Amino acid sequence: MSIEFRSVSKRFDDGTLAVENFELTIPSRSITVLVGSSGCGKTTLLRMVNRMVDPTSGSILIDGDDIANRPPVALRRSIGYVMQNSGLLPHRKVVDNVATVPRLNGVSKSESRARALELLDTVGLDRSLADRYPNQLSGGQQQRVGVARGLAADPNILLMDEPFGAVDPIVRTELQRETLRLQRDLDKTVVFVTHDIDEAFLLGDQVVILQKGGIIAQKGTPAEILAAPANDFVAEFVGADRGKRALHVVSVDGRDVLVDSDGRPAGRLVPAPDKAEALTASGAPAAQGERAS
Amino acid sequence: MNWLSNNLDLVLELTVQHLRLAVIPIVLGFVISVPLGFVAYRYRVTRGILLTVAGLLYTIPSLALFVVLPAITGISVLSETNLIIALTIYAVAIMARSVADAFASVDPGVRQAATAVGYSSWRRFWAVEFPLAGPVMLAGLRVVAVSTIALVTVGILVGVQSLGYLFTNGFQRRITEEILTGVVMTMVIALLVDLLLALLGRALMPWARATRSVSRRARPRDAAVGGASA
Repeated sequence: MSIEFRSVSKRFDDGTLAVENFELTIPSRSITVLVGSSGCGKTTLLRMVNRMVDPTSGSILIDGDDIANRPPVALRRSIGYVMQNSGLLPHRKVVDNVATVPRLNGVSKSESRARALELLDTVGLDRSLADRYPNQLSGGQQQRVGVARGLAADPNILLMDEPFGAVDPIVRTELQRETLRLQRDLDKTVVFVTHDIDEAFLLGDQVVILQKGGIIAQKGTPAEILAAPANDFVAEFVGADRGKRALHVVSVDGRDVLVDSDGRPAGRLVPAPDKAEALTASGAPAAQGERAS
Repeated sequence: MNWLSNNLDLVLELTVQHLRLAVIPIVLGFVISVPLGFVAYRYRVTRGILLTVAGLLYTIPSLALFVVLPAITGISVLSETNLIIALTIYAVAIMARSVADAFASVDPGVRQAATAVGYSSWRRFWAVEFPLAGPVMLAGLRVVAVSTIALVTVGILVGVQSLGYLFTNGFQRRITEEILTGVVMTMVIALLVDLLLALLGRALMPWARATRSVSRRARPRDAAVGGASA
């Protein structure tokens, strides 16, 4: 389920040019993160994949087929969508929210309910929450329900639009781990939009850094981007020259200790594990490495 | 309590009649207002026109409307159909705005989410927007119900029997108890119908209590105390 953007442009009715001649191939069964500040067109690009927004020119292909030929409603039901503030229907119980898409597709009530309950397990929610209404759940729980809903019709593609932007940092970290675990277990093609570079580096097999107007400043694995920022914009955006990303070695009692740009110790320098080559070969550093084991 | 105990049958008969005359325009007004209010909400151009016209309708004095309507509709002045049409017009005048406000109160994020997961626009309307507009619509409907029940009494001036009969008859015969009975019974009907609607809302929208923020967001403007009862 690869997704291909071919010279895609979008001009909104009010005249703003959101993206221009955008070209990108999103490989299947991995996480691609579109990252950039607000106004870079990342959400617009994401919404083009399920035709919430149609491009002014250019085309988007899923497995080689132009999605302009597919009816939007059917297309959307075949693609999982997770958004900020969960986007759950407040008048439907948790279980019914999760079962939304199977129900729309005509799956029987009992069958889709059973499937929804399984999905609550998958995303780490207790089944006792099934009959609550969304607003009776915490923000983090709501996001998990949102993810479960996105997965309910077993789509090959999952679009995630800043899904963890509104939850507190501790819960966010937890949800990010879960996302990696789910991707490992379920093997979906995930397109993830965020403005948080740390989140992008944590989750992305491929990270695409966007500048205003949907211009790709750089794309690659997190390691590639950190190793060689394409330009000053990227270096500045990823913070390659400062803080916890600019480490240097100091010797303490004959041992090497890594220290960040503020002089705070960040870790120890140890011999490379076997998986170190994964950094450039196929994906994100730490997380991807674990995945292979 | 002499008058009341001697006229229980009359009071009961008038109460049933009153209720019937009120319920028809309440239901008709609601059914007509939903599409009107939705159009007013959905299209900016129509919003101003529709809601202004609706507001103006409410300012027509009821007695004048009762007299003018037969000339327009060709129905006899004394027919209760005239009263029902007039009360339906008042109901729409209040309710259309409530419905427009109700649809505007639906969280745009939820609407967009529904589209994103694959609701067609028709299905989204019935399964998402309409129920979520429920709390604000219900608030408007309760105002309409109480106001209509009060207005039915004016029908007696054009000869349509209701609890209003107790006002005019009691006034002519100088029986205070009769007038009071009319007033109290009208209020009792209004309170009971209001209570019934509130309970119906609870039963149909159990989620609304779990999500207070939604129902507080938008309320219908106070159209209730207008000039119509004059």
